Amino acid sequence: MRETNIPLYIRYIVTAILLTSFLFIGFFITNSNILGRAHNTLIIQIGFYIILSVSLNMVAGYLGQLPLGHAGFMAVGAYSASLFWRLGILPSFSNIIVGLIISGITAAIFGIIIGVPALRLKGDYLSIITLGFGEIIRVVINNLDNITYGARGLLNIPRYSTFTLVYICVIITIMVIHLIMKSKHGRAIIAIRDNEIAARSCGVNVIYYKVFTFAVSAFFAGIAGALMAGNQGILVPNNFDFMTSVNILMIVVLGGMGSMFGSVISSIVLISLPVFLQPLNEYRMIIYSLLLIVVMIFKPTGLMGSYEFSLTYFLEKIGIKRREENV
Amino acid sequence: MLFFSQLINGLQLGSIYALIALGYSMVYGIIRLLNFAHGDILMVGAYVALFSLTASFDPWLVITLTIITSTLLAIIIEKVTYTPLRNAPRLSVLITAIGVSILLQNLSQFFFGASGRPFPVHLLLEPTVFNFFGININNNSIITIIVTIVSMIVLTFIVKRTRLGKAMRAVSQDLDAARLMGVNVNNVVTFTFAVGASLAGIGSILYALRFPLISPNIGGILGLKAFVAAIVGGIGSIPGAMIGGYTIGILEVLVITFGLSGWTDGVVFLLLIIVLMFKPTGIMGKNIAEKV
Repeated sequence: MRETNIPLYIRYIVTAILLTSFLFIGFFITNSNILGRAHNTLIIQIGFYIILSVSLNMVAGYLGQLPLGHAGFMAVGAYSASLFWRLGILPSFSNIIVGLIISGITAAIFGIIIGVPALRLKGDYLSIITLGFGEIIRVVINNLDNITYGARGLLNIPRYSTFTLVYICVIITIMVIHLIMKSKHGRAIIAIRDNEIAARSCGVNVIYYKVFTFAVSAFFAGIAGALMAGNQGILVPNNFDFMTSVNILMIVVLGGMGSMFGSVISSIVLISLPVFLQPLNEYRMIIYSLLLIVVMIFKPTGLMGSYEFSLTYFLEKIGIKRREENV
Repeated sequence: MLFFSQLINGLQLGSIYALIALGYSMVYGIIRLLNFAHGDILMVGAYVALFSLTASFDPWLVITLTIITSTLLAIIIEKVTYTPLRNAPRLSVLITAIGVSILLQNLSQFFFGASGRPFPVHLLLEPTVFNFFGININNNSIITIIVTIVSMIVLTFIVKRTRLGKAMRAVSQDLDAARLMGVNVNNVVTFTFAVGASLAGIGSILYALRFPLISPNIGGILGLKAFVAAIVGGIGSIPGAMIGGYTIGILEVLVITFGLSGWTDGVVFLLLIIVLMFKPTGIMGKNIAEKV
């Protein structure tokens, strides 16, 4: 950790001011309808894609495994939250919160269920087994006709996903994952990525941390799924197919494996680009897949690598100089 | 009687899976690359067959053209995308393979349209039904099963009896040692891709005979299930890929016979998970100790 002479409370105050001002700007923009409905939906969509990509990045970038079933966790979260919300047993606000927590916990339980057998495997086999689980979840949802309404779609989901809710969820996700990665648990996860055998011989409980990472990642994927359900108002199992997982993976890879900042930026760019480049929409997937291949060949760590944006560093750059003896 | 006709049905489906699984298995066995684009090469092959048939080419010419196109496509993919990544981390190679797969799907969607096109089976083969002791068998089932068995015999011959086959086995055991012994690794890898893709080319025609509706996304799930077949049978083993393919094919037909057609994909992946949990090397696979 680098030394800095900016006091902790100043850094916290600056962060808090920035976060709240973003919240108010976003709230103002979405509520006054300057941009129109389509763009409001887009902003919310960017929000849950940030949660998805940051949570996938935790497994793909930090743990160094490549799960291809992220959409499965999303589906679990989306369906459990929507089914709970539709019951409407609690008053509005607590209904939203409890629904979100339920979605996260259900998805995390599935993450553990999938994580435990997947542990015996690594690399390509782990990717395939998670892909298989993702597909199984989709098939099961498709066939549980009397609960999920199968391919006809789950309708009349209350549209709870306002900008404020999504924004707060994004902040919480990024904060929690950032704090985990800065703690001793995070260092253990990175140690597993760098060399599993060495990590194990240093006393890192590899099995525990793998399941833990899977569960946290699934928890947030579930919440993102719930937010997506609250945004669309309708769910069909095909929202959660293999291509959805690949889309999230694309965001993570292009942003940078192991860079949360990269995931956020690339979610914003890749999700909003098709809207602003309407004429190019037909070529969108062609361009993205070409980009994916080219990036993998020339910069395998992704565009941002493992770069993280640091507010402290930024503050120092714009004027508050470090003292010489600290360098 | 129903049992036997369903068995033939399952064998036909299994043959198609086995042909594709052989391609996966060989490539994975040699450079540990899960070639996600393999199913999509089959899809492109099916389109080539479809267009050349509608242009009323001779059936043999159609078959040759399909096989040549898929082989060339695979060689180009291998040279352009996989060769620069030969020494890259496995994760990047896997992501690249996924990228190639999406690229092929979207290019086909762009050029040929997203909706399915009917495959003119009658131009290739007049459908006839044989009657063996009261069991009705389509001629395309018989052709599919025979072609697959012949391909497997030819492939086994190539791998066991030719110089290139010997080189392939050497590379799959130890790439660097094979290179030191004077094996041209790049050529061997390209050759493996070519052989796998030509099998996919044959598979594309057999697939079109069985499911005469071609769309850009047929390769995705078909390829995944074929890869499941390769893992179930034991990756890197030719008879393993066949056994895996037939297992998956017969299993799917059984599930459909029991009236659970919505669950087929789920059951196939469940089988994969069971196999990976209890015998990760597959039915015919050898146990390989992990190197520290």
